Amino acid sequence: MTKVIYLDNNATTAVALEVFEAMKPFLTEEYGNPSSMHTFGGKIRKNIDASRQAVCDLLGANDPSEIIFTSCGTESDNTAIIGTLRSYPEKKHIITTKVEHPAVLSLARYLETQGYRLTYLDVDEGGMLDLNELKSAIDNDTVLISIMHANNETGVIFPIEEIAEIARMRNIAFHTDAVQSVGKIPFKLNQIPIDILSLSGHKLHAPKGIGALYVRKGTKFSPFLIGGHQELNRRGGTENVASIVGLGVACELAKRNLEDENTRVRKLRDKLENAIVEKISNVRVNGNKNSRLPNTSNIGFEFIEGESILLKLDEKGIAASSGSACTSGSLMPSHVLRAMGIPFTFIQGSIRFSLSCYNKEEEIDQVIEWLPAIIKNLRDISPFTNKKS
Amino acid sequence: MWDYTDKVKELFKNPRNVGEIENPDAVGEVGSIICGDALRLTLRIDKKTEKITEAKFKTFGCASAIASSSALTEMIKGMTVEQAAKITNQDIADYLGGLPEEKMHCSVMGMEALEVAIANYRGAPAKKTMVGQERIVCKCFSVTDQKIIRAIKENNLKTVEEVTHYTKAGGGCGKCKPEIQKLLNEFWDKEETKIIQHQEAPQKKKVTNLERISLIKETMEREIRPQLKADGGDVELIDVDRNKVYVKFLGVCLGCPAAGVTLKELVEAKLKEFIDAEIIVEEVK
Repeated sequence: MTKVIYLDNNATTAVALEVFEAMKPFLTEEYGNPSSMHTFGGKIRKNIDASRQAVCDLLGANDPSEIIFTSCGTESDNTAIIGTLRSYPEKKHIITTKVEHPAVLSLARYLETQGYRLTYLDVDEGGMLDLNELKSAIDNDTVLISIMHANNETGVIFPIEEIAEIARMRNIAFHTDAVQSVGKIPFKLNQIPIDILSLSGHKLHAPKGIGALYVRKGTKFSPFLIGGHQELNRRGGTENVASIVGLGVACELAKRNLEDENTRVRKLRDKLENAIVEKISNVRVNGNKNSRLPNTSNIGFEFIEGESILLKLDEKGIAASSGSACTSGSLMPSHVLRAMGIPFTFIQGSIRFSLSCYNKEEEIDQVIEWLPAIIKNLRDISPFTNKKS
Repeated sequence: MWDYTDKVKELFKNPRNVGEIENPDAVGEVGSIICGDALRLTLRIDKKTEKITEAKFKTFGCASAIASSSALTEMIKGMTVEQAAKITNQDIADYLGGLPEEKMHCSVMGMEALEVAIANYRGAPAKKTMVGQERIVCKCFSVTDQKIIRAIKENNLKTVEEVTHYTKAGGGCGKCKPEIQKLLNEFWDKEETKIIQHQEAPQKKKVTNLERISLIKETMEREIRPQLKADGGDVELIDVDRNKVYVKFLGVCLGCPAAGVTLKELVEAKLKEFIDAEIIVEEVK
């Protein structure tokens, strides 16, 4: 296979070389347990502390003690939600959205069977929320608002600053799943009253199997994984030292790359998107362009099906993903695009391109060159194109 | 990532018979964009020989849907309409060297399009219409009870999940899953009764001679001898030869003028009742 043109960075990212190098000693000679009394293990504590500081810095948080390491984004989301519910056992109403990641949405559906009342906020055609709907959904029984920061499928960014203010005014805990946004856009948690925030390592060039949770000082919290004294008694389990070190380095890199991400990468994304819209008929960009991650483009190609497009791209060594039924793991296409009310003719043929700082302009040019023929080929096979065009 | 066979990949990459026949003799259209796949099949049929001389398709769907459609057109070219009518979804899947379980509905779509086309050739509409007693079970994908029952029957499906893989029913909101389970239960309950009825008759014939003899002995001990003994008589089993059972009377039965009646009304009647209606009992003197 030729070299892959990897445009699926919202699914996972390459481990940065610097990250891998920093991790290596902790998978070989430095195998001690940071909780040990002896120097061999105990000295590793300072490496974990350094990583905690790096995560804290990337998030613009006040204090590294606000960071808890977890095993992944899903664990962070589950910990945030379950932990908050345990802290306020008398309240039973939760507000979230229809477009959350399954790490939140599936848990929300489960909680409905456990006596909780859920409100799922709608989104408009651009994938945006109506904050008045949020305000009117709040009642005296509301215990938690859990709303994602940036959508994994469309890249649409929700105004978490305003949501955090609304939650603060009503004295309700606010959790945001920021798995897709951390490392892609700047954060200043010391200026936004977010209570809990989830992030995941492998979306920002750290390895899979490491995540983190930000819990603002003074936020009521109960652990989800109950066990040892690790993470200040907030998450049991011996620390995944190598991956924690890797996440720390990845956060340092992300902080340095933020400008590149928001200038060069954004330009590449825009170039790809504009070229597609220009060269190919019957396409639409899904998601509000004015409030979007710099790396993500979700495009619907009418009258053809996503899996077919992906496989044709795959033949050329291009990696992307789709919201079509055939690729969603179920028979229904993307819940996000459906919630946005995108016509089915576009949903089934929706493709998500997600870039990273490792993408080069030549790669984007290559995709722009190949894509029109792929789309035409599939439209020639489709029974729907004749009737329309 | 699906584990497609080389044949599926090949037919997806280079599909055969893509397009539409002008002024076709038969058209079969199934599926919709909402459902996630759709197929428009057009056929050229020789009116005299009823042979399918040309078959073309246009498909909206994933790689396995495109490959299934292409496979179907390859398979039916040269067949008579009657031969083509016998093609099942499994035949299409076999032609492709198999399909992932979750993608079997693609082969079902091929079979359905062919059926609609054949019906269209004989005067029915080119789009499938619901017939009298059919009822939509899965509203998300408009799947009828008839389609589900047929898939269960033809593909030996046992679980709701399998039904979803083959028909898509239950793959949307999932609200119809209990109803699919009910259809499965009803179908297999019926089949089970059929199997039991089918098995019961030969089972009797399968009884070995040894089992037969011990059954006779047992019946004599339990049902016959106690009655005779109560009257001071008795009976002894001497031999068994197929349907013939030879017994010898003992005690007061010996020389009793009613012994012949006892033989038929009691001994033979009981053996017939408990073992085999064809048993004949004879007295050994």
